[in-house]
Amino acid sequence: MSEKKTERRDFLFTATTAVGAVGAAAVVWPMIDQMNPDASVKALASTEVDVSSLTPGNTLTVLWRGKPVFIRRRTQEEIDEARSVKMEDLIHPEKDEDRAKNPEWLVMLGVCTHLGCVPLNDKGDYNGWFCPCHGSHYDTSGRIRKGPAPWNMEVPKYEFVNENTIKIG
Amino acid sequence: MSDHDYRPKSKVGQWFNDRLPLLTLANHLTDYPTPKNLNYWWTFGGILTFCLITQIVTGLTLAMHYIAHADMAFESVEHIMRDVNYGWLIRYIHANGASMFFLAVYIHIFRSLFYGSYKSPREIIWILGIIIYLLMMAAAFMGYVLPWGQMSFWGATVITNLFSAIPLVGEGIVTWLWGGYSVDNPTLTRFFTLHYLIPFLILGLVVLHIWALHVPGNNNPVGIDIKKPSKDTVPFHPYIVIKDGFALLMFMIVFAFFVFYAPNILGHADNYIEANPMVTPAHIVPEWYLLPFYAILRSVPDKLLGVVAMLSAILILAVLPWLDTSKIRSAVFRPLYKQFYWILVADVLILGYVGAMPAEGLYLLIARVATAYYFLHFLVILPVLGFKEKTLPVPLSITEPVLGGSPNLAAARNKESKIE
Repeated sequence: MSEKKTERRDFLFTATTAVGAVGAAAVVWPMIDQMNPDASVKALASTEVDVSSLTPGNTLTVLWRGKPVFIRRRTQEEIDEARSVKMEDLIHPEKDEDRAKNPEWLVMLGVCTHLGCVPLNDKGDYNGWFCPCHGSHYDTSGRIRKGPAPWNMEVPKYEFVNENTIKIG
Repeated sequence: MSDHDYRPKSKVGQWFNDRLPLLTLANHLTDYPTPKNLNYWWTFGGILTFCLITQIVTGLTLAMHYIAHADMAFESVEHIMRDVNYGWLIRYIHANGASMFFLAVYIHIFRSLFYGSYKSPREIIWILGIIIYLLMMAAAFMGYVLPWGQMSFWGATVITNLFSAIPLVGEGIVTWLWGGYSVDNPTLTRFFTLHYLIPFLILGLVVLHIWALHVPGNNNPVGIDIKKPSKDTVPFHPYIVIKDGFALLMFMIVFAFFVFYAPNILGHADNYIEANPMVTPAHIVPEWYLLPFYAILRSVPDKLLGVVAMLSAILILAVLPWLDTSKIRSAVFRPLYKQFYWILVADVLILGYVGAMPAEGLYLLIARVATAYYFLHFLVILPVLGFKEKTLPVPLSITEPVLGGSPNLAAARNKESKIE
């Protein structure tokens, strides 16, 4: 056998394998991507909520993208408590000023960042929320203070459309 | 092997067998030489085959009435329970069948652990078994989601969220698993599809599991290699068939007790409340057969490490044949291992118990100690024991201890031949 023939065959093998791999990947990707959120799911991207009936010290829970969103109208004590916490004491340091632009209103996903349960209102060691599943405690700013959850409850994108209406998403 | 010489008696049989040797296979299965000292712990392979077939048959019939849609799933299950002829029976068999399946598989696994059935040359049988066990857990989890009750929904939420512990890509994977931003209809339909598929994957793996078993043959309570066929073996049929059949009958009594007298005792009352994404049940617990692993998950205070510990607890079993350094298979001849074995059994039961309790105070402490011991058993005790332990003398054959336990081979053979 001459060396030249071997090289030719090697090239054919490599080229065939490479083209085959690209082809297989091109077929596999649609099969994987079909499981991602579809157009109809993505279309439900925003919700408008009327918050006029909410009095201080109360929470409204609404469903947004299949997840509960807590809208809390905070009392002055709650705001003071949230704003007086030192950053060193936080597991996931975030200023309350950044989480609640308008201090009276706290809007966040009511989803525990541990494994996705819905925390309970006005419970726990920090007067905020308590997750019954695995015992995570959140403060009056929805920040994780104790327990297995790694992060604060997420603040979604939202805005006040007018004085009484919040648009989430 | 002698069964290769098999020739069907009838002309038609010969004609068929020359073209597709199914009769040779059937002959191999009936004549298959089995150690004659197998005890009742060896009957769970047959019992598990029965469980798998029961789940497939009842599952197929349930699928004729079930509707995999978030708005209709819960109602369709109630429809099965109330309206469909014998629907209650079929569903109770299927739901309790899952528990019975796991009961049997745990006994099967712990039998392997006691008698060292995972050791050379049976490592592949063991690893196939672990893959089957993993698929069983996946199937059971997804099946539990289908009735779309509160436990279904929140169980699905918690378990899929385990993947969010993976750094960087975790959140993306969870969204991909859900097909949305929370557990919802797309999640339900894909879980139904996979729940339907997995039993057939298990069936294929069971064929491989048995195939791999038939190469070296069964391990046995004495744990020694035996010649087959020989005085130490009996043909599978009728001896083992009858024994397996009797054990299966006993097992079915237990099964029937749950189906007819306590069909909901192993379930959770919250699952008779329709799924509500706004309210999490006060106390989320998985089905009993997953509790030990749930306890391990919760015993670690870090999210990612908790998930890693839980998965390791299962995957560590796959490398068990190499962690156990002892050449002796059966715990009968390993006085120290025998004690550690029972401590491990107790440890797993304790993990199961604290897994069902709230993760706080004393329960949490116990869970942490038990989790540490679980890993200690596999990673330290087993490897060291193989070198340190003084094992008892192992008989030369199964027949020997019965006919007079002389460690002298010649004497034992002499004795045997006299009896014959």
